[in-house]
Amino acid sequence: MKNNLKVNLSLPTDSIKVVLPRTGPRWRGWPGIWGTERLVTLGRAFYTRAMDGIEVCDLRKSYQVFRKQSGLLASVRSLWSREYTEVQAVRGISFQIARGEMVAFLGPNGAGKTTTLKLLAGLIHPTSGTATVLGHVPWRREIAYRRRFALVMGQKNQLWWDLPAQESFRLHREIYRLDPQVFERRLAELVDLLEVSRLVNQPVRELSLGERMRMELIAALLHDPDVLLLDEPTIGLDVVSQRRVQEFLKHYQAQRQLTVLLTSHYMKDVQALCRRAIVINEGEIKHDGSLEEVIDRFGSFKVIELLFSGDTPPQGLEAFGEVFEMQFPRAKLKVPRQQVPETLAGLLAKYPLEDVGVHERPLEEVIAELFTSTRGAASAATASETPR
Amino acid sequence: MTSAWSVRWCVLRTAISERLTYRGDFVLGTLVRFLPIVTQVFLWTAVYGASDQQSIQGYGYRDMVAYSLLVMLARAFSSMPGLAGGIAREIREGSIKKYLTQPVDMLGFLFWSRVAHKLVYYAVACGPFALLFWLLRDYFTHTPDPLTVLAFCTSLVLGFLIGFLTESLIGLIGFWFLEVSSLIFIFMMLNYFLSGHMLPLDWLTNALPEDSAWRFAARGILACLPFQYMAYFPASVMLGKVTGADLVWQLLGGLGWVLALYALNRLAFARGVARYSAFGG
Repeated sequence: MKNNLKVNLSLPTDSIKVVLPRTGPRWRGWPGIWGTERLVTLGRAFYTRAMDGIEVCDLRKSYQVFRKQSGLLASVRSLWSREYTEVQAVRGISFQIARGEMVAFLGPNGAGKTTTLKLLAGLIHPTSGTATVLGHVPWRREIAYRRRFALVMGQKNQLWWDLPAQESFRLHREIYRLDPQVFERRLAELVDLLEVSRLVNQPVRELSLGERMRMELIAALLHDPDVLLLDEPTIGLDVVSQRRVQEFLKHYQAQRQLTVLLTSHYMKDVQALCRRAIVINEGEIKHDGSLEEVIDRFGSFKVIELLFSGDTPPQGLEAFGEVFEMQFPRAKLKVPRQQVPETLAGLLAKYPLEDVGVHERPLEEVIAELFTSTRGAASAATASETPR
Repeated sequence: MTSAWSVRWCVLRTAISERLTYRGDFVLGTLVRFLPIVTQVFLWTAVYGASDQQSIQGYGYRDMVAYSLLVMLARAFSSMPGLAGGIAREIREGSIKKYLTQPVDMLGFLFWSRVAHKLVYYAVACGPFALLFWLLRDYFTHTPDPLTVLAFCTSLVLGFLIGFLTESLIGLIGFWFLEVSSLIFIFMMLNYFLSGHMLPLDWLTNALPEDSAWRFAARGILACLPFQYMAYFPASVMLGKVTGADLVWQLLGGLGWVLALYALNRLAFARGVARYSAFGG
């Protein structure tokens, strides 16, 4: 081993974190006791009100989808005979989010994220299960609840397209019955934080996507909601706008102790904003815990980064792991977590090295791997689609 | 001002601002809508010129031109371009979410937006309307008394309400069908005939044998339908064809339709949202 070798190791934490599966509530199985369910629901609602957050219990949502075969003949046949399949978008999910928590809701397209957000926003009724947000059952759509939460869906805007955002904000002031002084103060603060003071008097249609999203956030936060449901808030934004939105959300959430449930495909959003992640796929929760746990549980590989000394490119490096980057004198290897110690020992023994580093793989790669591995279960989803 | 009225006032102001955005297009569109009345005057001139009769089915040439002008005015209140299609599109594309997640009543919101659109339209159209009525003033053979003018104004408001509620009801069918363009087309066709837009309604029934049960039944049906309030009824009030107790009963009939359509709208909205909640979103 060379004298100038620096070893920079962040060795795997071998502690095993056991995440117990959240089973459905036991009381559902009690037969014949009339009113038990109601009592438990009331009790749960009382508890949630005290918690002032979000509680979801065994929530399910299935849709009937018209299945159309391709071709003209099939189109004609579908006029009198239609085939429907039942798609289970959400399959008995349960979780709790305490007041002031910011939680990432991760999953591939069609995993059930947006359906869950719609359920929590009261836009759709569940097939079964319960949920309370701030003590309200969302799908009752009580006015009192509507005043306390906001839903921002990436590309569905609530601003008047042809008017300056200022006009939409004034309308929100009336709709949410905000005190004019409070409204002005809050608007000034939000406009300042999101750096859009020069844009509020410009028609919304003339704003860029990033600017529009910032205006959407202002419109959503003017009434000072306690719960914010964010569906892809940075979708389609450039890096600068993404970062601005992230920084704003982080600051605002910490300041107001806002309860936030955020879906995003950008892991940078997730890492910048959330400590906890709920991973959903095929309508089921695959993980509920810290982001580090996601990597611990699902990141089956680690990255070993090598800086070779000397002028000779290394030979036989593939024997130690998958070489996914090689720009001599630097190289990166993907190695199974369990094999990191012996691989390191082997590398140090065989090659002259100036620097060695062991890193976790980027979160997006881990998530992508997780989604890919669970996609194999897609056949299970197909099996659950019952032709009618 | 109570908070509910301040919301309505704010919706009205915002919708007026929005309407004024595309000034050029709006002014042009408003003015071009006067062209059909010019063609109508030429048409009736040709029809009566070719006929030996001074009066056709109870309408003289002057009556017919006056009727056409008044129908145009009534239609300016009762027609709701884009309303039904707009509601169905919001349902189909999901932008209806904002009405379901914010503490706002969608139908009320749409109503005050439409009032704003109409107000801007009248502001632009009042000049051309006044000019047209002044130029064709000789076609109005009798001067209405203040009570008739009041009944006429009431009938225009009824026409506006019935027009709005009918179109919004068709739009709400979008909760079930998603695409309602065919329904809108059918409604427009029926409206063209049954509202008296094309011809006075008594012409339609006069085609049936006099004193026959068919004519009696057809008149009864036409009088019971809401369409007449969107064109024929206001024009007949102003022309003095409906008076006295008949006028009061017909105004009450219009009010009955407003209430019934309002109830149907509320029911369709509640059922539609429940369906939307159950099946999609």
